[in-house]
Formats: sequence, C-alpha cells, structure tokens
Amino acid sequence: MTDFFWTYLWPAIIILAESLLFLVVLMILIAYILLADRKIWAAVQIRRGPNVVGPFGLFQSFADLLKFVFKEPVIPASSDKVIFLLAPLLGVTLALSTFAVIPVAAGWVVADINVGILYIFAISSLEVYGVLMGGWASNSKYAFLGSLRSAAQMVSYEVSIGLVIVTVLLCVGSLNLTDIVIAQTTGLGTMLGLPNTFLDWHWLPLFPMFIVFFISSLAETNRPPFDLPEAESELVAGYMVEYGSTPYMMFMLGEYAAISLMCSLMTILFLGGWLPPFGFAPFTWVPGIIWFVLKALLVFFMFALVKAFVPRYRYDQLMRLGWKVFLPLSLAMVVIVAFVLQLTGWSDML
Amino acid sequence: MNISQAVQSLFLKEFFQAVGLSMRYFFKPKTTINYPFEKGPISPRFRGEHALRRYPNGQERCIACKLCEAICPAQAITIEAGPRRNDGTRRTVRYDIDMVKCIYCGFCQEACPVDAIVEGPNFEFSTETREELYYDKEKLLANGDRWEREIATNIALDAPYR
Amino acid sequence: MLGLQALFFYIFAFVTIGSALMVVFLRNPVHSVLFLILAFVSGAGLFLLAGAEFLALILIVVYVGAVAILFLFVVMMLDIDIAQVRGRMLEYAPIGALVGLVLLAEIIIAVTGNYYDPGTPLVTSQPIPPLETVSNIQALGSVLYTRYVFFFQVSGMILLVAMIGAIVLTLRHREGIKRQSVSEQVSHTGKNSIEVRKVESGKGI
Repeated sequence: MTDFFWTYLWPAIIILAESLLFLVVLMILIAYILLADRKIWAAVQIRRGPNVVGPFGLFQSFADLLKFVFKEPVIPASSDKVIFLLAPLLGVTLALSTFAVIPVAAGWVVADINVGILYIFAISSLEVYGVLMGGWASNSKYAFLGSLRSAAQMVSYEVSIGLVIVTVLLCVGSLNLTDIVIAQTTGLGTMLGLPNTFLDWHWLPLFPMFIVFFISSLAETNRPPFDLPEAESELVAGYMVEYGSTPYMMFMLGEYAAISLMCSLMTILFLGGWLPPFGFAPFTWVPGIIWFVLKALLVFFMFALVKAFVPRYRYDQLMRLGWKVFLPLSLAMVVIVAFVLQLTGWSDML
Repeated sequence: MNISQAVQSLFLKEFFQAVGLSMRYFFKPKTTINYPFEKGPISPRFRGEHALRRYPNGQERCIACKLCEAICPAQAITIEAGPRRNDGTRRTVRYDIDMVKCIYCGFCQEACPVDAIVEGPNFEFSTETREELYYDKEKLLANGDRWEREIATNIALDAPYR
Repeated sequence: MLGLQALFFYIFAFVTIGSALMVVFLRNPVHSVLFLILAFVSGAGLFLLAGAEFLALILIVVYVGAVAILFLFVVMMLDIDIAQVRGRMLEYAPIGALVGLVLLAEIIIAVTGNYYDPGTPLVTSQPIPPLETVSNIQALGSVLYTRYVFFFQVSGMILLVAMIGAIVLTLRHREGIKRQSVSEQVSHTGKNSIEVRKVESGKGI
C-alpha cells in the first residue's frame, strides 16, 4: 500500500500542487495584465483608465470577475447548447494548459518535455476550435461570420509562426524550451569576445523573425490591429455576440491567457528567457523568474502600445500580410539561416 | 521605393516614431477628470434639473401663468391653476414636469416672467424607476429650496448678458 | 508505472473507438466532425503512450489544427438535407459494401501479418539508433532525411502539384481592375505626392 502511495499518488500530488500553484499565480497575473492593458491604452489616449476599485483601480479585474459570475447566463433558444457552453471552456482550458511547458526560471517548469515547443504549437493550433465552435453553436449570422474570419486569420498566421519557430530551432538544435533558453547564453556577443549580455539572445541575429513573430502573435491572439473577429462596427462582437456572463468571461480569460503565452514564448525564443541582460555581478543576483516576468511584461507593454497607436487592418490586407509577406519572408529566412549555419559551421558551436 | 526608404522601413523607423509619440502622450497629464470625486466646471447657463423657486420670504414665485406650459416643445409640463386668492394673486395647485419627455431646451425658464421655474446646475438625478422622474410640484419646490443658493448665484452671474 | 500506462491506454483507446463510432452514427454532420477531432486527439494520446511524441504532436498540428478545420469549415457551410440523403442511400449500398469488404480484408491481412514483405529485412538491417541515446525526433529525422529522402521529396512534390493545381483552377485575371499596391502607397511621402506649380493667370495648367 505504501509502495502504491509513493509510486503513484505522491508524484501525482506533487504535479497537482505545482500546477495549482502555477495556475493561481498565472490567474492573478492575467488579472493584472488585463488591468495593465486598459491602463496603458488609457494613458496613451491621455485618459485615466479604471481607477475606482481599490487604490489605482488595482482590484478592477476582480470586480469584473464578480460581475461576470453573478450575471445571468443567456443561452439562445436555437443554439446548440452543449457546444455553445463547451466552446469557451475549451478555449480557456487549452490556453491555460500550454503553460505547463513554459520554463519561468532554470528548472521551474511543470512538465519539462522534449517536444515542448511543438506541444505549444499543437495546443495553440487547437485554440481555433473554441472560436469556431462558439460561432457555429450561437446560430447567428454575425457570430458565424466572425468565427469564420477569426479561424481563417488564426490558421493563416500559425503558418508563419511555425516557420519562425523553425528558424529558432535551427539555431538551437532542440525542441526543449529550457534548451532554447540555455542556447542563448552564447551568441553574437560572445563571438565578438564580449561577456554574456543581451546581445547573445536570438532577437539580434534573427531580428526580422523577431518582428514577424511579434506581428504574427498579435494576429494569432486576435489583438488590435488585427482584432477583426470582434470588429465592433461590422460584426458587433464577432463570435462572442451571443455570449454573456461566465462563458464570455471564459473567452476573455482564454484570450488573455493566449496573449500572456505569446509574451512568454517571445521571451523564451528571442529574449533569453530567464537570463539576465548582463552576465555580471549586480544583474546575476536577481533571480531568473524576475527577469523572465520583466521581459514578458516588456513584450506585453509593446502589445498594449500597438493596440493604442495602430489602426485596425482591413481583412484582405490582413490576409495579404500573412500569406504574401510573412510566409515568403519566413520561408526564405529558414533557408538562409540553415545555409548560414551549415556553411559557417556555427551550428556546431551553438 | 528608394534606398533611404527601404533602410527606414527595415529599421522600423515609423514604428519607433509611433512608440516615441505614444510614450510622450503616456506621461502627459491626463485630460480626463476623476468624475464622481471631482467635477468639471459648468457654465452659469447650464440647463440641468428643474426647480421651482421661492421668494426670500418663503412665498412661491410661480403665478400659474402657464407660459412655460405653452412654450414647452416637448409638452412635458402640466399646470393647473388654483382660484384667485384674497390678496389678488394666483397659485398653481398642480405643477408636473415629465422629466422623461423634457429635452432640457430651457424655454420654460426663458418664458417665465417671475424666474420661478429654472433649470438648475444639478445633472445627477438618475433614478432606478421611471416613476421617480415624473416630478410634481412638491419635488420641484424641494429642488428649489435645495439648490436656491447656486441658482441665485448663476442668475446673478448671467444677468449682465441678458 | 506500467499500470498507469495501461489505464491511460484503455482510456484513450475507448475514447478513440467510441468517438469514431459517433462520427458514423450521429445525424448532425458538424457533431460528426467534432467527434472526428476527438478521435484524432485521443489517437495522438495513443501515439504519446507508445513513445512517439513527435508523431503525436504532428498529428495534432496537421490533422486537427489544419485539415479538420477545413472539414469543419466546409461542413458548417453546407446545408445538408438529411432526409434526401437517406432516401438515396440504398443506391450506393452495393458499392459501399464492396469497399467495406476490401477494407476488412486488408485489415485482417495487416493484423495477422501472414504476408511477404520485402521491406522488413531492409529496415531491420538499418535500424534507427536506440531511443535511449537519441531522442525520438532525431531518430525519425535521421531516417527520414537519409534513407527515405526520395520518398519524402516526392510526397512534397505531390503536395506542391496539388497546391499549384488548386491555384490554377481558381486564379483568373480580369481586365480593368484597379489593384491596391501597398508598397507604392507606403513609399508615398509629402515630397513626391504634391507638386507646386506656378499657374499663369488666364491660361490654366
């Protein structure tokens, strides 16, 4: 019996506790990211943003949560009820489950699997289903058109995201996210004889891919300027038209979880994960997780700024950007990076 | 596209310009005010919630001439005049304003010969039910008593321009 | 941990078979596609249990993330009259039965393994490196890009041809359409979009 406990239950309890802790911290972070989004957007427009609930409006997200939970869920009579309720649940579960493989500091990861990046890519490609099912089950034209738009957009930009990830993988030679971060301890900077600095990270040698990934992740998470699925002026609110109360909140939560995932992914792939920006004394004292969170927040700040100063794309321009600009660019970059690595022999050094 | 433009777009010149501009705005003092706690200045001519005023001795100003009722474009005002009293004056027995109909044009206060009906500076009189917005004479007189100081100041401030 | 693996195997296996049956039996085609997706995902789970994590995730990325979405697109847009389809079912019954029989025979042959396979000795003579030393993906890649590189490239070419075919079928050029040239628009500046001319009075431009 004790044998059974130590082999099966104990690891399960540990994993469960780890995931639960991670999830709680993540939820709180997402609540504040939501607030930060609104605050940054407001500040750029010289507004104040939410500032009534708690000091500086710090509890606004929790007040919103309570409001959503206590509202009456309205389910349209002609909808497909099971799928209607399943869709937001699917969206939020998938978005949160990707965080299982994100290493937030050296060794701080729930599941350190060998195909981590592929896992994230696979799960985020499943996120389309939440949108598509929600839009179809609502049995409304607006919702359906919105979901079709959104799904086409997400599928299109997944292609360029995949190719960008491939270029990074070429430089690293591993699909493990921890390895990807560790590979960034050496790079362009150390080749020039400098100590370990932020110049070693992938953003510098793969700068065009860094930009492509940033823009694609905006499109992938339906953020402005690519928030066409929501397009208030034409589609009222896209696939979310019929949703209210807790199901709507789940969609929002899934969306912001996907956004924070993209921020973490950019941090890991291009900004050196938990590595300090300078590899010497005062910077190495700060624990890795703080660097990780700071970098992810910096990326999120750019996400929020872009929301404030870029006007929304037209749908055909969005598709043109995805298929005619980013796809050839990232495809060419894969070939170029592979050639450079092979010809210079840097692939053995990295 | 010439070379300098290509270089500029390669190094995301416009993007960084936009970031710079938005950061400049980011740290600017906010133009919005912290509304429920602080309020913006309003003009003495502001047309808000209605009030029926009294003379300093407590006598009602309204003489039931029904000019306001006649001019009201939304027909929100209903007045019934009482019988002439011993001192030769007349008063209303009923003075109702349907605040749901009212369009806050201010014609009633322009029409009033005795400055009885006025639109005061108050704009926060939302209610939970529709019925509460059907103001009767009592409510209007109470408003007048409550806002008399502000209304008198506003009328005095606006007087030179009339 | 073998017991746990067996438990998960049975869970995934039953979900796969159950959802595959639902694909066939459900009336609503959209529900069928959704169950097909569930079958794919639990199939990926089975791959995962077999130690083929790369295959599992590629199955999800390719089949669930791309192919099934197209299925779903098409099925959602279709307006299928189920009664009409059922009425004509008997016409196709003989062909269906034939295809079913052929498939059944193939499955039986494949499962029992009583057939001559010329490829097996070749494959076993050049086994992939043991999984303890190299990871799944490395082993797969080293086989795919050396021994089977020709087939790999050929299948890629087939897909390319299919894609070009689809483009050729749908692409049409129409005369007299104004198109947006984004690079031209972007390269416009204040200097090259306005020209100041001195117009002499009474002459016009």
